[in-house]
Amino acid sequence: MTLLTGWGRTAPTRATVARPRTAEEAAELVAKAGRRGVVARGLGRAYGDAAQNAGGLVLDCTALERSWRVDSTGLVTASAGISLHDLMTALVPRGWFVPVTPGTRYVTVGGAVAADVHGKNHHVDSSFGAHLRSLRLLTADGAVRTLGPGDDLFWATVGGMGLTGVIVEATFRCVPIETAWMRVDVERTRDLDHTLETMAATDDGHRYTVAWIDLLARGRRMGRGVLTRGDHAAPGDLPARARGNPLAFAPRPLLSAPPWAPGGLLNRATVRAFNAAWYGKAPAAPRRVVQGIAPFFHPLDGVSGWNRLYGPRGFVQYQFVVPLGAEDTLRRVVERLSGAGVVSFLTVLKRFGAGTPGMLSFPMQGWTLALDIPAGQSGLAAMLTEFDGWVAAAGGRLYLAKDSRMSADTMAATYPRLERWRQIRRRADPDGVFVSDLARRLRLC
Amino acid sequence: MRNALGSVDTVLLLGGRSEIGLAIVERLVRRGARRVVLAARGGTAPADGLERLGAEVHVLDFDAARPETHAALIEEAAAKVGDLDVVIPAFGVLGRQAVYDADPVAAARDVAVNFGGHVSVGLAAARRLREQGHGTLVVLSSVAGVRVRKANFVYGSAKAGLDGFAQGLADALHGSGARVVVVRPGFVIGRMTRGMTPAPMSVTAAEVADAVVAALDTRKGTVWVPARLRLAFAVMRLLPRPIWRRLPR
Repeated sequence: MTLLTGWGRTAPTRATVARPRTAEEAAELVAKAGRRGVVARGLGRAYGDAAQNAGGLVLDCTALERSWRVDSTGLVTASAGISLHDLMTALVPRGWFVPVTPGTRYVTVGGAVAADVHGKNHHVDSSFGAHLRSLRLLTADGAVRTLGPGDDLFWATVGGMGLTGVIVEATFRCVPIETAWMRVDVERTRDLDHTLETMAATDDGHRYTVAWIDLLARGRRMGRGVLTRGDHAAPGDLPARARGNPLAFAPRPLLSAPPWAPGGLLNRATVRAFNAAWYGKAPAAPRRVVQGIAPFFHPLDGVSGWNRLYGPRGFVQYQFVVPLGAEDTLRRVVERLSGAGVVSFLTVLKRFGAGTPGMLSFPMQGWTLALDIPAGQSGLAAMLTEFDGWVAAAGGRLYLAKDSRMSADTMAATYPRLERWRQIRRRADPDGVFVSDLARRLRLC
Repeated sequence: MRNALGSVDTVLLLGGRSEIGLAIVERLVRRGARRVVLAARGGTAPADGLERLGAEVHVLDFDAARPETHAALIEEAAAKVGDLDVVIPAFGVLGRQAVYDADPVAAARDVAVNFGGHVSVGLAAARRLREQGHGTLVVLSSVAGVRVRKANFVYGSAKAGLDGFAQGLADALHGSGARVVVVRPGFVIGRMTRGMTPAPMSVTAAEVADAVVAALDTRKGTVWVPARLRLAFAVMRLLPRPIWRRLPR
């Protein structure tokens, strides 16, 4: 029995953890799950309670089969427990890049499917599920089913947070790259309108875009930020020293956060200082730089265990999307946060393109804003609940892989395909074997 | 399930008419709890106010003096609302010492409720919380049990027993995902103490409830209400018996 939390380190609950090595072992464990059920867990990067199952069984899938292959067209078939880090380390030197990567490489393939993860290329490439050819899913009856985009259960599983079964393997198409480097334009923006306008006007010209927002800036500067737009670099873009081996890729963490990090390190003063330095460092007019894949996509992976920097009380991520045209809602949220002096270490804004048919998949065409906030800030719960109402009224929703606090009512009001998902899930898992703390909290099943 | 910021979904209150208990439940509902079970003698408890706040309220018949029914009651509550996020046994009787002196049987009966009832409810709740791997048991102890006074030593000794039970249970549950919060209020002005002269550092049920709800957000295991009673009792525990026994109340 182990106490588990998500990456935000809040709301621990206890579960029995088992580590199956084969799909057969996993099937045996699922068959014996008992009345508190079972859920699969990967690298535990969901911020909230998605991969916790209080009083029940949690399958640590990081040892599951662990095989992968790639064909000459870039079609990759990988076991669910393999991390995107492992895949990239193997694939990048061969000239392939994963179709979608979130802000960390330390997610498993299974986790990427279950959360239908998105990245900086969402506005052109959509989310992970859009690139999937097929899935192998261990269902409650012990069978391993092969599913494709023509199956309802496939789209209940993409974004389905592990509640339809244990994802065993996924097949998806990778993109060809010539180098392990990125050609990046960096530019700072004056205020929120400038950030939104610049992003909307220029992101079509780049495969990867994201804006970092300085939430502590107020008044005229509210919503100022740093916009980065990148594309995979061609060999000619590289500095001379990298041209000899343009596909070399062997990133590793530079630092490690100590397990005893006290609370309060990320406070208003330190975050303000960081924000000012970060903003000040960015050029006022667009400047082009060449960056490695790791610093461009996964800057936080440079500090292993960075979540510990929030101290023992942990932190929450708040990520929502509102449709295009609901920029006012976004503005209200930023105004309110900035007015309240809420400390968010990393605030990220991004324009989403079209979503997938995943019934519980998060991304939809619109604007998404992600914040991480230390859990101890007073008044936080009430403020975020108020935001939930604004987001719901605007036709938006919150990201389940990041959520650790919304209510079941908000969930039901913001995921219009929830009922359809429930029907399909009930057919695949009539006894409700697959369950998680998130499912209980949001009354999904 | 409790969420990352301390809001819960389900609450079970045993002693469904208790002022302190209802004040805690009301606050939890205002912070997002949606399903409430009120367990009270005769199966009647004030559900309206909580329903107006948006909660689904179930009322169950509960008798603190019948420990043989307690485990079934906990299961019945869980069957109604699912996992129990917070369990609050808030029942109790406060008789006068003079009455107890004259009626030892009544004294034993009240101790059976104030201590024995909490033991059977507490153990049954703990079993459920351990099984579900999460949840909080709120135990309403009292400073009366921290150092027992001659003025109410029957009530005080039951609370002393309860306090020890709660601490032991908290340690037994450590690492189970479930936890116990021991609450030690001072003199609480309210229905239970009507007609009595308030002691120094008295509090209201609302103040106790505020302190309990605040503690649920933290990892605190013991809550003194008001907080300065902790210091006061650190001193009072050290008073020599001859002085302690001469205290006016």
